[in-house]
Amino acid sequence: MSDHPKIELRNVSKSFGSNHVLRDVCFSVEPGESMTIIGGSGCGKSVMLKCILGLMDVDAGQILVDGEEITTMKAVDHDRVRAKFGMLFQGGALFDSLPIWRNVTFALTQGRHKRASDMRAIALENLERVGLSKDVLDLRPNELSGGMQKRVALARAIAPRPEIIFFDEPTTGLDPIRTDVINKLIVELVHDLGITALTITHDMGSVEKISDRVAMLFEGRIIWSGPVAELRHSGDAHVDQFVQGRAEGPMS
Amino acid sequence: MSETGILGPLVAIFAAIGKPVVGGFATVGRVTLFALQTIQRAFTPPWYPLRLLEQLFQIGWNSLPVVALTAVFTGAALAQQIYTGGSRFNAQSTVPAIVVIAMVRELGPVLVGLMVAGRVSSAMAAEIGTMRVTEQIDAMVTLRTDPFRYLIAPRLFASVIALPLLVCIANVIGIFGGYLLSIHKLGFNPSGYLEMTNSILEGDDIMMSLVKAAVFGFFIALSGCYAGLQTKGGAAGVGRATTNAVVGAFVLILLSNLVITLTAFG
Repeated sequence: MSDHPKIELRNVSKSFGSNHVLRDVCFSVEPGESMTIIGGSGCGKSVMLKCILGLMDVDAGQILVDGEEITTMKAVDHDRVRAKFGMLFQGGALFDSLPIWRNVTFALTQGRHKRASDMRAIALENLERVGLSKDVLDLRPNELSGGMQKRVALARAIAPRPEIIFFDEPTTGLDPIRTDVINKLIVELVHDLGITALTITHDMGSVEKISDRVAMLFEGRIIWSGPVAELRHSGDAHVDQFVQGRAEGPMS
Repeated sequence: MSETGILGPLVAIFAAIGKPVVGGFATVGRVTLFALQTIQRAFTPPWYPLRLLEQLFQIGWNSLPVVALTAVFTGAALAQQIYTGGSRFNAQSTVPAIVVIAMVRELGPVLVGLMVAGRVSSAMAAEIGTMRVTEQIDAMVTLRTDPFRYLIAPRLFASVIALPLLVCIANVIGIFGGYLLSIHKLGFNPSGYLEMTNSILEGDDIMMSLVKAAVFGFFIALSGCYAGLQTKGGAAGVGRATTNAVVGAFVLILLSNLVITLTAFG
């Protein structure tokens, strides 16, 4: 087993003009752990995720994956590290122009032509893992409901068997039953496949269901982190207000 | 120092002029960098030949009807204009010569460029822009696929290949439009018309037509893809991107047309 955390952020800062979105953010995620970052809308959760994924550059600080610093990596090395990642985007981000089976296998084909029968079999295996049948293989994303699109996106994220999977608001816009389905899938994937998970969300029901550890981001800083069991007894007024969903409190 | 008195309005005027000028230079710089980045990645693997064929079909084949109509109507109208204008100084017989030179050197490439820009640049900007605002481009990056190679390079190559072919077809159809009108309405002798057309047309004219077409094809794809990738802010952003793509392509086509013409004949 590796001595390094799977993901580690050291004093990461990111600004857009005078708007300091991330200020000296530090936290780490251990291998096989499911960590959730909570925080209000616009607190910098998505920016932080994009910095880890290499979709945005940080202004200062270090991001390490398996002990390797990735912010200063060459493109070719970054590509090697990205092979460890899977990502579930908030809106699914499925490719409209491709059928479902090609969406699911996109990470394996990287848009190139490979034997369709092999790829369809791989797509079906992953779709079945998220509770979908072969009926959806040839459909287009716009022919599916929001919940089904999310599950297809999840199948796409796990198809290359990533070591680390990122979830950006995985249950936003879903009804309570679909939310529970997605939460269960995330728990199963983390436990069955041994994937390290980093989730950002403000859905407290999901947080308590899918997380081993939780950290709270407020005004660009991690103000609290700890095991999910301690979330409701954090002793931090900001966390309490957020967890209880109160309008009154220090974050008002 | 306070900006009051006579300096205040002056500063405001300079700021009003300077801001868009500086913004314009910044955009030129960004588009140039984008073009260089695209060219550099387009010539290094992985390549996507199926995507290239798909784009060739979209840009080339699907543009044929509009290009053919534009060319035939323009060729015919041009013949009538030259005949009417030429009759003021007894130069009606120059119709075949001027139709062929005007079509091949100027109207064929420019009109095809503008028509295809209207059709294709906007479609590219809308498609890529929608992918941008729905995070499909980010998803592509996380799935280890370079959007420049997968989305941009095939469009750029397809546009540079398709435009010269379309312009060749438009030139032939445009000359044919002028021929039809001249024969059936203006009373020209068919074989005499074709003979004059053939004798006046030179290899350099065709070369200039093809060079212009390839350059316009490059700018059409560049403008559409750049505007698409810069899209921000949902449906309204996609709308702005399509407008910017078409306007950008039109300006680049007309400007480069002047530069190429002056370089050749200036």
